[in-house]
Amino acid sequence: MNKTIAQATISVNEEGYLTDFSQWTKEIGEEIAKEENIDMSDRHWEVIDYIHNQYKNEVALSIRGIKKSGVINIKEFYGLFPGGPLKKCTKIAGIPKPKSCI
Amino acid sequence: MKNLVILGAGTSGTMMANHLIKKLPKSEWKITIIDQYKTHYYQPGFLFLPFDIYTTKQVKKNGKKFIPKGVRYIQEKIELIVPEKNKVILEEVGELTYDILIVATGTKIAPEEIDGMKSPKWYKNIFDFYTYEGAKALRDKLRDWEGGKLVVHISEMPIKCPVAPLEFAFLADSYFKNKGIREKVDITFVTPLDGAFTKPKATKALHYLLEEKNIKEVTDFNIERVDFENNKIIDYADTEVEYDLLVTVPTNMGDALLERSGMGDDLNFVPTNKATLQTKDYENIFAIGDATDLPASKAGSVAHFEAEILTDNIMRHINGEPLKEEFDGHANCFIETGGGKALLIDFNYTHEPVEGTFPFPGVGPLQLLKESRTNHMGKMAFRWIYWNMLIKGIHIPFVSATMSTKGKQLEEVNT
Ligand SMILES: Cc1cc2nc3c(=O)[nH]c(=O)nc-3n(C[C@H](O)[C@H](O)[C@H](O)COP(=O)(O)OP(=O)(O)OC[C@H]3O[C@@H](n4cnc5c(N)ncnc54)[C@H](O)[C@@H]3O)c2cc1C
Repeated sequence: MNKTIAQATISVNEEGYLTDFSQWTKEIGEEIAKEENIDMSDRHWEVIDYIHNQYKNEVALSIRGIKKSGVINIKEFYGLFPGGPLKKCTKIAGIPKPKSCI
Repeated sequence: MKNLVILGAGTSGTMMANHLIKKLPKSEWKITIIDQYKTHYYQPGFLFLPFDIYTTKQVKKNGKKFIPKGVRYIQEKIELIVPEKNKVILEEVGELTYDILIVATGTKIAPEEIDGMKSPKWYKNIFDFYTYEGAKALRDKLRDWEGGKLVVHISEMPIKCPVAPLEFAFLADSYFKNKGIREKVDITFVTPLDGAFTKPKATKALHYLLEEKNIKEVTDFNIERVDFENNKIIDYADTEVEYDLLVTVPTNMGDALLERSGMGDDLNFVPTNKATLQTKDYENIFAIGDATDLPASKAGSVAHFEAEILTDNIMRHINGEPLKEEFDGHANCFIETGGGKALLIDFNYTHEPVEGTFPFPGVGPLQLLKESRTNHMGKMAFRWIYWNMLIKGIHIPFVSATMSTKGKQLEEVNT
């Protein structure tokens, strides 16, 4: 489905995740964050950068990976993206929700 | 003479030995298989052992019995792989050189990864059922447990046989009902995922089972530590879940051998091409089963499908032909739902489990994604199939290595 956000039309799935990463911009990320009640700071963007890097290198995201990333510790990660931090930051980053195989 | 060496004589390694002995000319190739243990365990049976459904005898046999004649079997711990030198180093035998190596060392639990898990309460009121020792200790505990809060918990993904914890919860419900103490037991299922079933379609179709069995669910729970003194598990968001009896699936990791050899990822799994099963770093090293980092289920049925494709690819590698990019992540699992019933699911990398019939399109007799008694009989028959066909590398009739989409209601659920 389509969604208009930050003056752009993007396609998202039923949970609001972008289905085409090439449509992502920082402004779109900022707006999605607002919908999740998150005000993006430089620290937030550092995490998003890391997430984008992992995505480009096709590394699956996990709490363990974040722990070992050296970018952020898990407590702070939860502090920045309260609730489900992996789910929230992937949504903001415009990449698919991390999935685990059955 | 050339050497093909298989590391690990579990489900995958044993299958590969049986396949390859028939394919490789004896005058040119010598096959060696190495495992540290004498016993070959039927791991799917660990789910039933705690409930006294299987006896200890039904889940273990002498591993050597399943290694074909003509294959050299070494019972020893593997110390190191030196891929640059095509060598494997063993504790006693010393060095073995190989032309082709197959890594089939599986995965094992690592309770020490979570703070407080492997505590003085380990096997007192904190148990795993992914090992023979754990399943047996839990059986003894359950035999005289009088009830309280039972928490069935997954530490982090990926784990082997990802539905086993849920099956454990279902079987616990039946077990306590049969004992007449169900009302004294509170069952809670705690998972790091956002639902008890890890695929959205399955979650939708199967959620009723949890309601019907009165099993509570705590989702998105990423465990930080076990407070073993106060009997609580605590996650990074400071959510707490209390237990009287904690049945957990600890972090699953590949064997430390791969870390020592510099061949594993964060969790000691071997980076492997998901379609060909060749390792990403070494042309003459292949990996199969739970030891790989494939985004497929870590299950015996998956290893079975992989074995057929890997056998072909090893022959192609030997003949200098391009490898077949054939493996599609095919998995086929029975899910025991308690009360003598089970479900069957069939899926791959790209298709989620759907409704339909298996293995014959439109006929069955097994029904996909629906509870039935026939499916339960299928699950029970799997033990016989495992010992008598699967690990011996005998093709299971009508079930193909890649997934069939026939007889499945793909359109209906795949929207
Ligand atoms: C509770 C439970 C229920 C399950 N239910 C099902 C089910 O219903 N259906 C299904 O299909 N699958 C099921 N499985 C999963 C299935 O058992 C595994 O996926 C399968 O056994 C994997 O085979 P493998 O050969 O890759 O690993 P394994 O069978 O674990 O074999 C690995 C072998 O390598 C050896 N090894 C490792 N490191 C070393 C070393 N350094 N030196 C020497 N030897 C070493 C080990 O001793 C072991 O024998 C279940 C598993 C569990 C735990």
